[in-house]
Amino acid sequence: MHTFSLAQLRAGLDRREFSSVELTQHFLGRIAAHDRLLNSFVTVTDDEALKAAHAADARIAAGSAGPLTGIPYAHKDIFCTQGVRTTCGSRMLRDFIAPYNATVHEKLQQGGAVMLGKTNMDEFAMGSTSESSHFGITRNPWNPDCVPGGSSGGSAAAVGARLAPVATGTDTGGSIRQPAAFCGITGIKPTYGRVSRYGMIAYASSLDQGGAMGASAEDCALLLQAMAGFDPLDSTSVDREVPDYRAALDADLTGLRIGLPREWFGEGLDAEVARVLEAALDEYRRLGAEVVDVSLPNSELAIPAYYVIAPAEASSNLSRYDGVRFGHRCEAPRDLEDLYKRSRGEGFGEEVKRRIMIGTYALSAGYYDAYYLKAQQIRRLIAEDFRRALSGVDVLMGPVAPFAAPAVGQMSEDPVQMYLSDIYTLSVNLAGLPGMSVPAGFAGGKPVGLQIIGNYFEEARLLNVAHRFQQATDWHTRVPAAFA
Amino acid sequence: MEWEVVIGLEIHAQLATKTKIFSGAATAYGALPNTQACAVDLAFPGVLPVLNEEAVRMAVKFGLAIGAEIGQRSVFARKNYFYPDLPKGYQISQYELPVVGRGQVEIEMDDGSTKVIGVTRAHLEEDAGKSLHEDFHSMSGIDLNRAGTPLLEIVSEPDLRSAREAVAYGKKIHALVQYLEICDGNMQEGSFRMDANVSVRRKGAHAFGTRCEIKNVNSFRFLERAINYEVERQIEIIEGGGSIVQETRLFDANKGETRSMRSKEEANDYRYFPDPDLLPLVVEPAFIETVRGTLPELPDEKKHRFMTHYGLPAYDAGVLTASRALADYYEAVVREVGGESKLCANWVMGDLLGFLNKDGKEITDSPVSAVQLAGMLRRIVDNTISGKIAKDVFEAMFAGEGDADAIIDKKGLKQITDTGAIEALIDEVLAANPQMVEDYRSGKDKLFGFFVGQVMKAAKGKANPAQLNDLLKQKLSG
Amino acid sequence: MSLSSHEVLKIAHLARLSIDEARVPDYARDLSNIFDLVEKMRAVDTHGIAPMAHPLDAVQRLRPDAVTETDQRALFQSIAPQVEAGLYLVPKVIE
Repeated sequence: MHTFSLAQLRAGLDRREFSSVELTQHFLGRIAAHDRLLNSFVTVTDDEALKAAHAADARIAAGSAGPLTGIPYAHKDIFCTQGVRTTCGSRMLRDFIAPYNATVHEKLQQGGAVMLGKTNMDEFAMGSTSESSHFGITRNPWNPDCVPGGSSGGSAAAVGARLAPVATGTDTGGSIRQPAAFCGITGIKPTYGRVSRYGMIAYASSLDQGGAMGASAEDCALLLQAMAGFDPLDSTSVDREVPDYRAALDADLTGLRIGLPREWFGEGLDAEVARVLEAALDEYRRLGAEVVDVSLPNSELAIPAYYVIAPAEASSNLSRYDGVRFGHRCEAPRDLEDLYKRSRGEGFGEEVKRRIMIGTYALSAGYYDAYYLKAQQIRRLIAEDFRRALSGVDVLMGPVAPFAAPAVGQMSEDPVQMYLSDIYTLSVNLAGLPGMSVPAGFAGGKPVGLQIIGNYFEEARLLNVAHRFQQATDWHTRVPAAFA
Repeated sequence: MEWEVVIGLEIHAQLATKTKIFSGAATAYGALPNTQACAVDLAFPGVLPVLNEEAVRMAVKFGLAIGAEIGQRSVFARKNYFYPDLPKGYQISQYELPVVGRGQVEIEMDDGSTKVIGVTRAHLEEDAGKSLHEDFHSMSGIDLNRAGTPLLEIVSEPDLRSAREAVAYGKKIHALVQYLEICDGNMQEGSFRMDANVSVRRKGAHAFGTRCEIKNVNSFRFLERAINYEVERQIEIIEGGGSIVQETRLFDANKGETRSMRSKEEANDYRYFPDPDLLPLVVEPAFIETVRGTLPELPDEKKHRFMTHYGLPAYDAGVLTASRALADYYEAVVREVGGESKLCANWVMGDLLGFLNKDGKEITDSPVSAVQLAGMLRRIVDNTISGKIAKDVFEAMFAGEGDADAIIDKKGLKQITDTGAIEALIDEVLAANPQMVEDYRSGKDKLFGFFVGQVMKAAKGKANPAQLNDLLKQKLSG
Repeated sequence: MSLSSHEVLKIAHLARLSIDEARVPDYARDLSNIFDLVEKMRAVDTHGIAPMAHPLDAVQRLRPDAVTETDQRALFQSIAPQVEAGLYLVPKVIE
């Protein structure tokens, strides 16, 4: 059952070939068997999952099932879930049980989806390797000596090992696409404003966006359909109809114009990764697409702009963790300042502290114009680059990361090296565009993802472009031998 | 050495919305601690702000009332600092682009002249919670009910030149926000708070002196005392060869002095930046026009109308329009009486305000309603009682003894207007004082007053004074 | 660009973070390296370019002024580190 697509699971549930309880038990069993190695879950919610599965079975029996009713999923531990702890991978929130639900969680619950547990992640979503979690590192199912990517590494590893059919993720600078690529699964980060951020613990508010991760584009389409939509509780949520993502999946690709940003295929891109991408592009040519050269001249500036804007917003977003109303509080504070400094010093890990300090410095008196304002101007240049590039093509394609999953410990030594590896994903968040990662092959036995970027609110198009590729290839169906 | 005082006021007016500026929690005053602080107000992880339309409407209303430009595009920023009454670790406020731009108000000076005071800007922001300093095992308790209450911060130009002017300006804004019904103006409950930026410079100097900010003054009396103290302090320092340190000071009402707030001494670096959780606020022209349509008559317009329409002197019109409630009361009295606007003004400004003042009551808590006062005034107009008797009737009404007619009846205060009855009383008095009558008729005019007094005494004060005068004159000349 | 230990401590104070004294040089090095990366922006002429605060060119939506929240103090305070009499307790606040 764990290699079934969501469509197959839906059919099986509807035809009573298996119940949601059976399905849920199957995945819980897989988690129990395999997650000791991967550590993709922070919290496994066996009891709640079985309860939800029972309720789903009743709904199915009553004939009132929706597309996700009874379907298990893994939830990134960044979405607030009332009654189940939400840690954000941080010691700060080790025991935090949110007193309310994220809008995304509310929607999935109402749809009858069955939450298997909360997945591990880089602390507060700050990282590209899932090594910064207070709950230990997550490992890559394709090679446990490698990282799964981050920050949604737990979700990616869980789906990659088929411990869950689909998972939620969030993407601030590549946190869905990059771990999806490293774990050989499909992931979509929709347009900024498409999925409500209410109850999704903030890292960088103007960049954060929730999205879907699954084996295939079709599975992602189904999950995203349930997550997306206008939310009056989020001022940045867009009041715009959500199209039927599945209906558009099969559209023919003949005449599709694919732009390749030439800046993304030069120095720094691993040769094997480049070969995989070339092969994928050949596949698209066979499907009738036309591949043209485009330019994103300010590509390189995405890194400095991002590493000013995101930490600046984060430094402010994370000020609420002060040990007063929730979260970690230090023992016996001497005075107010001691309460703040020690609670935060103890509650946050190294990378979070580092980014808070970067952001604090960038916003401080005398530096604002040189850093923050400048970064926002660069942000516009980058968005303009995309606008120009996308004016002549339907989608852009390129690498997700310069290389396949690195070894555990390799990146965490030097933050600058880690930041540089986000080069192909950050700019998409800066512009607010939708982006996907699609399994496209292997380099040195490790999965490689193809990034597809579309225009604002063209998620349906992206999913269609990915789906047609997956109809013609089988990379997305590969499962690591240990988890087959 | 002659000194010039330069003052600018920052006024925080709590907007009278039902809910917080960024959440759907109630804003009612006096609730149990933390029962009106919702997830958004408490800054739980993942919560987001959504702007209250009514707060925007109220800010626009204020802007229109002071003739200000309404920002077509204003931006909410975060002011970052750590304090236990600030749950997010930042206050959402408008920094570079406020919703209300430059405007002005006119204040009346002691000599009756007027002066125009510039309002630099007014912007929307959220209030903080409260730290309670009662001792909880040497800890402070935090109540976040007030956190997120909408504030309109109204910033004046440094146009004020004395404590008196500052008070006049403060009162003007205080009256205005109540006129507009955007703030209840309750200073005890902290709905209207003032910060004063005070500096001094030598007369004729061009540059401003170094200023000190006196924080959180919550009465006009304290404002005047605090500024006067601060001015003296600064002059003394400069004349003693010292220089002023720019700092935040607190007014200690018990000692009547300002003192430095040591806790705020550390140089603040608020790291303002646009709040990424909120989008730019665009106030559409149609919205502005709708709000304009709801603007009430403003104090200056009302004063002018009181002068032209009711024929009142400037002073009376000024007093009666100082608050919307008083003006409404006055107009109700005139309407009920059906004219006699000056008589009505005299009674409202004189006896009514006098009694209210003595009891420390506001016009809105007056025990005598406009209808009741008008009922009494009608009895003066129709000669049922004299103005003098009316004072007793009013006192009884104020004490809650009922309407004027009932009191007049019960106490037998009705005026004697029957000519025969008055004549009889006069005859009695004249008969009892033949020598005086003789003296009067031989030219001692001054004795007229004596006869009036005697007859009034016999009438127990109830004889109609005009009639009494006429009849007495006739009889004495006869 | 090179941040001094003094600057690192100043930033940590502003952000209310206690950091291990021994780690200050590491932070100084990492932050300096990161700001070296950021320096690349300086060379770009951004004169006249409007800063972009949001990916979408949208405006603020307004919420009707209606009470939607009920008292949930008991629930909210059940996860608080220290409360008494409905108040959150902190070390004494000195004005």
